Amino acid sequence: MFAPDIILAAVLNGLMTGAVYALTAVGLTLVYGVLHIINFAHGAILTAAMFAAFFAWKIGIDPYVAVFALAPIFFALGYALQRFVIGPSSHGEDRNILLVTLGLSIVIENLLLAAFRSDTRSIDVPYGFSVIDLGFTFLSVPRVVAFAASCAAAAILWLILAKTDTGKAIRAVAKEKLGASLVGIDVAHVYAVTFGLGAACLAVAACLLLPTFYVHPRVGNAYVLVAFTIVVLGGMGSVPGALLGGLFIGVVESLSGLFLGESLGQIGIFLIFILVLLVRPTGLFGARA
Amino acid sequence: MSPLRAYGPILLLGAALASMPFFAASNTLLNAMVLALVIALAAQGWNILGGYGGQFSFGHAAFFGMGAYGTALLQTRFGVNAYAAFAAAVALGSAAGLAIGYLSFRSGLRGSYFALVTLAFAEVFRILANAWPFTGGAAGVLIKLDVRAETFQFASRAVYFWIALGLVVAVMLINRSVERSRFGAWLVAIRENEDAAKALGVDTFSVKLKAITLSAAITAISGAFYAQYFLFLDANIAFGPWISVEALLAPIIGGLGTVFGPVIGALGLHFVAEITRAVAGRVPGIDLALYGTLLVVMVAFARDGIIGLLTKARARLFGSRA
Repeated sequence: MFAPDIILAAVLNGLMTGAVYALTAVGLTLVYGVLHIINFAHGAILTAAMFAAFFAWKIGIDPYVAVFALAPIFFALGYALQRFVIGPSSHGEDRNILLVTLGLSIVIENLLLAAFRSDTRSIDVPYGFSVIDLGFTFLSVPRVVAFAASCAAAAILWLILAKTDTGKAIRAVAKEKLGASLVGIDVAHVYAVTFGLGAACLAVAACLLLPTFYVHPRVGNAYVLVAFTIVVLGGMGSVPGALLGGLFIGVVESLSGLFLGESLGQIGIFLIFILVLLVRPTGLFGARA
Repeated sequence: MSPLRAYGPILLLGAALASMPFFAASNTLLNAMVLALVIALAAQGWNILGGYGGQFSFGHAAFFGMGAYGTALLQTRFGVNAYAAFAAAVALGSAAGLAIGYLSFRSGLRGSYFALVTLAFAEVFRILANAWPFTGGAAGVLIKLDVRAETFQFASRAVYFWIALGLVVAVMLINRSVERSRFGAWLVAIRENEDAAKALGVDTFSVKLKAITLSAAITAISGAFYAQYFLFLDANIAFGPWISVEALLAPIIGGLGTVFGPVIGALGLHFVAEITRAVAGRVPGIDLALYGTLLVVMVAFARDGIIGLLTKARARLFGSRA
């Protein structure tokens, strides 16, 4: 067996990864909570954001700086995507939205593949290998930054939802679409804003991932199933559920990687996913079936 | 509908396509046709559950892969006869369908939840097949080249073409008889309104279970034939997302819940993909990007696919009510 030190280190590392997972999942769960659909284009948008961050770095902008530009840009992109593509083309039917977002993910992913080929790209930042010494283990600086920034982004999102008028409108639409439109809320606009917020979360996650990860046209796939798992585990539509679920999944992945080996590390995640879907599809925190 | 009107057009289309190798026998063309027919088979399987039953699976690769790995492994690891391995692989695929269906329908999964759980199963199979030494791991499985009729291997591509066509036509006939049966009517009732169907006394659970089993069996046939034709497969081919996407795309393009839809969709898609490749050159991903665009465009403008467009056009031309 492993010494407690190693296990503790694996748990800490899992928490770091989990925070970024949580951020990708928050975007997904928000969209589900309001639009009641699963956005299958989520992974592809993350990939697009990582490419954007990569090319920002190419022209000399550090990902930690680029995030302040990319988050608004991806908010606008997400808004436009929902308002002008997904909304109109699905005629308000859930089944259609499912197919349209799947179609979009195929388009985005393969256009990136056609444009940049399947090369794996990574960036080389000066702080890439800096570590913090905790005595029994080392924590990589970019991952600590990712952890802190993910928490900050989640807090900002919570403030937007709780304190602003737009946030109130979003929560109103999530609860009762018809009622919200009766009191004068523009539902199509709220849908698009929600989608935009989801995309902005992904842009932030992309900038946080890039210093320690690589970019590849299919890189989003690895994250999107993890994000689905977290969302299902935390309860579809529940933001706190997504945060806790993300941290939990990060730790599970880290530990099953330690005990089962890297190539089977993800199996643990999928088994949790299938189990939760079968046994308790409403998740641990979700109320709605 | 009289049996002649129900089954006649299917046999006619089959006969017309069967004569193709006599006119155009180039290997490239036959190869493209065989691949399109394999996709058509997978799509016909998807269409039973998704088109008639309205249960959209995003993970039909699970069944395709069971068929493909089943055939390949039974032959290479246990020396089973190719035809017996084919049959056993199809049985394995339908068992996988039954199991996944039992688990997910028992928990009442519908809509996006069902799409997600099927996707997850396909991914689990892919990761396992990629890691397990028995399935050849990441290196995949190679069926030994041994061109004899007893080993289900033929020198001529035309023979593969006729076999694939025969399978597609047979499934179309099965499809039509399902359409004309009580079971088919129940399935459509579930698609239109599951709760109402239940209220009218339809045993929705067992109908959906039968549908996914039949659906999985047909898609497994497609996978088994794929393995037998290419004699090589790995986890990303057999359980990869590409086949799940093509299996659902073809019926949507062709016409959901119709007999001809998946076949027309698959042939049409591959025709378009070949043209794109001829025009754009071998840019990776460009054909899939086009598929994705087509999916969005079809959902936005032509919910009933090519069949729906044809019916509408005929109604407009001849003024008949379609």
